[in-house]
Amino acid sequence: MENSPDPAPPLLEVRGISKSFGAVRALQEVDFTLRAGEIHALLGENGAGKSTLIKVITGVFPRDAGIVRISGEEVAPRSAKAALGAGIATVYQEVNLLPNLSVAQNLFLDRQPMRFGIVREGEMRRRAKALLADFGLDIDVAAPLGNYSVAIQHVTAIARAVDLSARVLILDEPTASLDRHEVEILFGIMRQLAQRGIGIVFVSHFLDQVYEISDRITVLRNGRLVGERETVSLPRLDLIRMMLGRELAETTSARASVTEHKAREICASFEGYGKAGYVAPFNLELRHGEVVGLAGLLGSGRTETARLVFGAERADLGQAKVEGVPVRLQSPRDGVRHGFGYCPEERKTDGIIAELSVRENIVLALQAKRGLYRPLSRREQDEIARRYVKMLDIRPPDPERPVGLLSGGNQQKVLLARWLATSPRLLVLDEPTRGIDVGAHAEIIRLIRELCDEGLALLVISSELDEIVTYSDRVVVLRDRAHVEELAGEAIDVGHILAAIAADGAATAHEGRA
Amino acid sequence: MTALLPRRGLAQVLALIVILAVDRIVSPQFFDLRLQDGRLFGSLIDVLNRGTPVALLTLGMVLVIATRGIDLSVGAVMAISGAIAAGLADSHGLPIVLAAALGAGLVCGLWNGFLVAVLGMQPIVATLILMVAGRGIAQLITEGRIVTFSSPDLVWLGNGSVLGLPVPVVIALGMLILTAAVVRGSALGLLIEATGGNARASELAGVGTRAMILSVYVWCSVCAALAGVIAAADIMGADANNAGLWLELDAILAVVIGGTSLFGGRFSLVLAVLGALIIQTMNTGILLSGYPPEFNLLVKAVVVLAVLLLQSPKLSGLAGIAMRLRRTKA
Repeated sequence: MENSPDPAPPLLEVRGISKSFGAVRALQEVDFTLRAGEIHALLGENGAGKSTLIKVITGVFPRDAGIVRISGEEVAPRSAKAALGAGIATVYQEVNLLPNLSVAQNLFLDRQPMRFGIVREGEMRRRAKALLADFGLDIDVAAPLGNYSVAIQHVTAIARAVDLSARVLILDEPTASLDRHEVEILFGIMRQLAQRGIGIVFVSHFLDQVYEISDRITVLRNGRLVGERETVSLPRLDLIRMMLGRELAETTSARASVTEHKAREICASFEGYGKAGYVAPFNLELRHGEVVGLAGLLGSGRTETARLVFGAERADLGQAKVEGVPVRLQSPRDGVRHGFGYCPEERKTDGIIAELSVRENIVLALQAKRGLYRPLSRREQDEIARRYVKMLDIRPPDPERPVGLLSGGNQQKVLLARWLATSPRLLVLDEPTRGIDVGAHAEIIRLIRELCDEGLALLVISSELDEIVTYSDRVVVLRDRAHVEELAGEAIDVGHILAAIAADGAATAHEGRA
Repeated sequence: MTALLPRRGLAQVLALIVILAVDRIVSPQFFDLRLQDGRLFGSLIDVLNRGTPVALLTLGMVLVIATRGIDLSVGAVMAISGAIAAGLADSHGLPIVLAAALGAGLVCGLWNGFLVAVLGMQPIVATLILMVAGRGIAQLITEGRIVTFSSPDLVWLGNGSVLGLPVPVVIALGMLILTAAVVRGSALGLLIEATGGNARASELAGVGTRAMILSVYVWCSVCAALAGVIAAADIMGADANNAGLWLELDAILAVVIGGTSLFGGRFSLVLAVLGALIIQTMNTGILLSGYPPEFNLLVKAVVVLAVLLLQSPKLSGLAGIAMRLRRTKA
């Protein structure tokens, strides 16, 4: 790998970094090199050590061994602030700025322009506006940051970092909650910064994006360096192989052949179902053994539909039926009682109970369904937890570990297990593969199919159209909080879905800009 | 790092042992027990007896705190139930006195629970209302006087003995066993911890979080009402101004010493009650030592700090680093 003949030392050079947490060796002798002006993707499965490496480089975790050099000069920051001083800035997936302060205050936090001990608001706003103009943003900098989309918050965080004279910019999953249009804006900014000589580390699970933006790729696996390659000379299959260390099971094969296999029975139906100001009334039939995909842009009403179907939100119009019998879905409890399950998009805030163990998280919905007076004995809980940990390959396979310590993919599996344990008739999955590594991604898609073959009805939301096309029997397309089209059988392909999303105009998509 | 953390409960047991040892030094007769008229006497029994009101409050408070709430009104509820019990004691039988006093606690709990679970008020504000108003209600009941009574039944509740142990201690023990049996014998414990750990996620998993929150406030107030009856029975009178005054803070302290986080989630009934005993052991020790009781507050603060430091993961981390340094030097 030492094939760079140029005498100038690389911008960021990491050599032989090791880090252990107790008995767990999170990083072993990892090397990483970032050159000035390049966009370098850092890839690996969940738990491969990407986050740990970033946190060691930025001084959040002390390292056990190894050195970090910036332009040939050794640095050992002891905090994120010290790292910033050394020229390394990190923007995390969850933007770590203050949403209640204005954009300008966020940009100049800790270094506001002062005169006589008083912050010069006007001056600060003027400079904030100029700074953001560099990034192609023209917004009201006096408004609270929280009023803006995640994309703008990200750009603000990046602008702040760059203005603090960062030479190394680490972006941890920056695109996870952005829509296509916003990703384009972000990529434009990244290219512009790279041209200015800033080195960018890009951590992402979206391989398309990695190929689109990065110059070079470093892959970690199980805390070790697998290799560093030029993006252009690394075929996708090889990359996935590097990340997984095993042949990826066949991930794409359309289910079209299995459809129309038999006339499927209706599991749940919704007629004229909707809520004013939330989602326009829609008709939806969910059948046993069938996957219905919900496609649409961010904010098109996908999650809202899912919440109405499950009962997390009360409909004010229409009629829901379960197995042909009219029911009222007033609360999640009603949904659970009728045999529904819901894996929400926001795993951390709406899904897991971080402090409780894997076992407790898995049995929670089943216990809630059984009620207070029919407690699951410890033996039954252990049994259920063991069964699902094994069935879904939850790692580490320790049912007593607090679920907050698991990686995102494994947390998602715990949530799936929680619902599977209730033997549901309908599962609603909101972005089940978001923020999950390639391996777990393929596994979850395989699971969706298996569950479906066992007669479960599934309603799945995903931003990844390829994915939706792969497993759906029918696809409902949403636009502007309304169901606009339903595709089935042969008609399901990415092109048709995109056409349905884009039909009727350019009015869509521009949600990022204020 | 987890290996370096003290085992759950170790910090509390150690603290209690240290305080007991200090008590033994300042008062050489501290561990002496003697049997007189079929009842045990001694400082240890005194600790248990005096600790009963706070221990009872703690039983309810720990559940409330586990749901990420807090109940500031328990002292006031003690005053209300004490006033009711004292007012009825000489004209009604014990069952009616108890039913009325505990019924008042139930109503107080429903009120608190309604504000928090149904109206969604912040627990600290919601229970502050009853904390202030409750004492006023108690004063209205006693008409501003200290109501005394002589009903032997009620007096027995505060001063009698069963199998050599003071009745209040037996009641507190019974309530601990009852609470533990209900909470850990049903699914309540898991569902309370889930609600406190992440209410949104629990709700989406089908947990009836509102019912859960309502029930813990009700239980907390019922426990407080029982503590109020015992406190009144102990002094054979009800003093609406001072009954249970500031005891809500001792109860919260006991819960925290017992290792339950104010951010909700995991809780331990036994350790919380142990926390109440730690506080009372300190109080009794200072009284016995002959120092002015003002010292109590200062010493309490120091001990609390010590227990919390022992529980702090950061400190365990530091201890780990220190140990590693020593090992590398050796």
